[in-house]
Amino acid sequence: MTDLAPEQGEEASRRRPRRWHILVFLAPAVIIYTAVMILPLIETLRQSFFNVVDGEHVFVGFANFATLFGDPRWASDFWNALGNNFVFFLIHMAVQNPIGVALAALLSLPGLRFAAFYRTAFFLPTLLSFVIVGFIWKLILSPIWGVAPWLMDLVGMKSMFGPWLGKPGSALITVSLVSVWQFIGIPMMLIYAALLSIPEEVIEAAEIDGITGWGQFFKIKLPLVLPAIGIISILTFVGNFNAFDLVYTMQGALAGPDKATDILGTFLYRTFFGFQLQLGDQSMGATIATIMFLIILTGVCIYLFGIQRRIRRYQF
Amino acid sequence: MYRTTLQGALLASSILAGVGSAMAADVTLNIESWRNDDLQIWQEQIIPTFEAKHPGIKVTFSPSAPTEYNAALNAKLDAGSAGDLVACRPFDTSLQLFEKGKLEDLTGLEGMKNFSDVAKSAWTTDDGAKTFCVPMASVIHGFIYNKEAFEKIGAEVPKTVDQFFAVLDKLKEDGTYIPMAMGTKDMWEAATMGYQNIGPTYWKGEEGRKALIAGTQKLTDEPWVEPYRVLAKWKPYLGDGFEAQTYPDSQNLFTLGRAAIYPAGSWEISLFNTAGLKLGAFPPPVVKDGDTCYISDHNDIAMGLNAASPHKEEAKVFLEWVASPEFASIYANALPGFFSLNSTAVDMTDPLAKEFVSWRETCKPTIRSTYQILSRGTPNLENETWTESANVINGTDTPEAAAKKLQDGLDSWYKPAK
Repeated sequence: MTDLAPEQGEEASRRRPRRWHILVFLAPAVIIYTAVMILPLIETLRQSFFNVVDGEHVFVGFANFATLFGDPRWASDFWNALGNNFVFFLIHMAVQNPIGVALAALLSLPGLRFAAFYRTAFFLPTLLSFVIVGFIWKLILSPIWGVAPWLMDLVGMKSMFGPWLGKPGSALITVSLVSVWQFIGIPMMLIYAALLSIPEEVIEAAEIDGITGWGQFFKIKLPLVLPAIGIISILTFVGNFNAFDLVYTMQGALAGPDKATDILGTFLYRTFFGFQLQLGDQSMGATIATIMFLIILTGVCIYLFGIQRRIRRYQF
Repeated sequence: MYRTTLQGALLASSILAGVGSAMAADVTLNIESWRNDDLQIWQEQIIPTFEAKHPGIKVTFSPSAPTEYNAALNAKLDAGSAGDLVACRPFDTSLQLFEKGKLEDLTGLEGMKNFSDVAKSAWTTDDGAKTFCVPMASVIHGFIYNKEAFEKIGAEVPKTVDQFFAVLDKLKEDGTYIPMAMGTKDMWEAATMGYQNIGPTYWKGEEGRKALIAGTQKLTDEPWVEPYRVLAKWKPYLGDGFEAQTYPDSQNLFTLGRAAIYPAGSWEISLFNTAGLKLGAFPPPVVKDGDTCYISDHNDIAMGLNAASPHKEEAKVFLEWVASPEFASIYANALPGFFSLNSTAVDMTDPLAKEFVSWRETCKPTIRSTYQILSRGTPNLENETWTESANVINGTDTPEAAAKKLQDGLDSWYKPAK
């Protein structure tokens, strides 16, 4: 018996060789992802606990966080950026997603002509670079050369036009709406795909029961695409709290006027890399990055554990 | 026949190879700069002149975008991929690089004696012992005006603040021209061309600037608040929608001849010259006729040596040349508006540039108040000044509130030596 056991084990391992190919196939993704995402993330988190004191790079515990939230100046900048970021997100949720759903519903209507053309046209801005979108809209809205004042003049609404990007009250809303314009294609496409995947039988059954038109959309189709709407919401959340590019190209790193368009991304950029005479502060920058990471993590967790588990999925 | 052709080919190839190896022995120096507008001038005028005199040293000028320069340079220096020569921003940005050992000490450079202490002040340690960049140029603030516009309304060049506003009123009444081309969207126009332009008259140039650093004056004192009050009065004379007007918008309005007065920095001269307008310039107006005028003559650009450069000897040869009167003359004439800091007087041909530089004789020069020492901490005084200057013109903040915000920000980290 005792002599036999190792032999058996040997035989077993011979029958089930180590499956190297799994490691080999996983390696590229794991290595690249670790190198460009996970290590920098860990390094950022680590750096937020360090700072330069008397020229030495030392561990300072939570001192950076205490500065960020305790110092009235840092704190007011931070809360201003966070508040603006929430406004930015809420405008996306309130404008981008409903319009995206509505466009998708219209596109999926049977018998719509030029559907493919509309679909492409609505999706096109998403493919453009932030820089192009930012500059196009800056020009469109320019009070000096822009087409917006001219177009509004044509319909007799010139008096309603204002230098929106330059006024503290309207700048953030304007930038948010430009971002909505750019990204409207993503919710539209996702919902469109979800709507198309609803089986004909379900629709036919609804029609037999006498549910058509708007009623059909709200009672049958919308509940069936709710999981897709959930995914869109979380994508919007992550995208908005990571946003930086559009504000930077349209309003500059100081996110003017009077920091009215300052979001966490631009606040992080100014702090980490510095701006003009302001020198970069890597430690405080890493601290802000860590807070941004935590905010996004919290949001995603709330979605994953609080919402996604409760969404009812329909199996067809 | 065949053989001679072959021999000829071999001979030719060996000669070419010889040339090739001689080329390879050349040292190539790379210059980092934020002046991407100057690329052509460096490639066509400055570098060929130098290379003709110094065979064996090749120079390439590789600028990056002004707003990204500081961050990009820091990253490149840390990574060891920066060029041999780097353009130095004035004051702390470069001082910090020197203290971190990224820039070579150039105190011993022979050509340094061509510069006055004031010229070197922007690139010298606080104790004045070490200089780490060769000063290249300064820029002067003032107002550039469209002569045709002034002729049309029959206005004289204003000397005092009251005359200045009288001209603006006339221009506004006439309505042909936008009285003043400036926007607040980019904010730095309001701060640099506005506050730092007219301010020195009120805070008496160097006197006020040094008092601010010493802590004997505060930004909430009258000489520092008054320029904001004057700035707030500019609002009705700016174009429609100036809140969203960017810096290029202002430049275009003026070069298209649609605006009459442009609060300027002298660096605009070469661009404005291409517009084919008849232009003149006047220094910031004084409060009462006969008062001393003050101008902002700001040290703007210098050149330093990357401490990690493998070709320090050759780079020093280049820097010696940058410190020479010959370079000063080429640079000042190729780039009218960038005035040489060299002690040797440079003959300039551009009339507008001459006008600007002539104020050095009648007015007292100073540098921008926020640059030395005061922008070392957080919040950064210069950046705050941008925001607040724009706020004052937009009417978001009163002059007093803006001054208080700036002083509070400064107080939070700056403790002047008593």
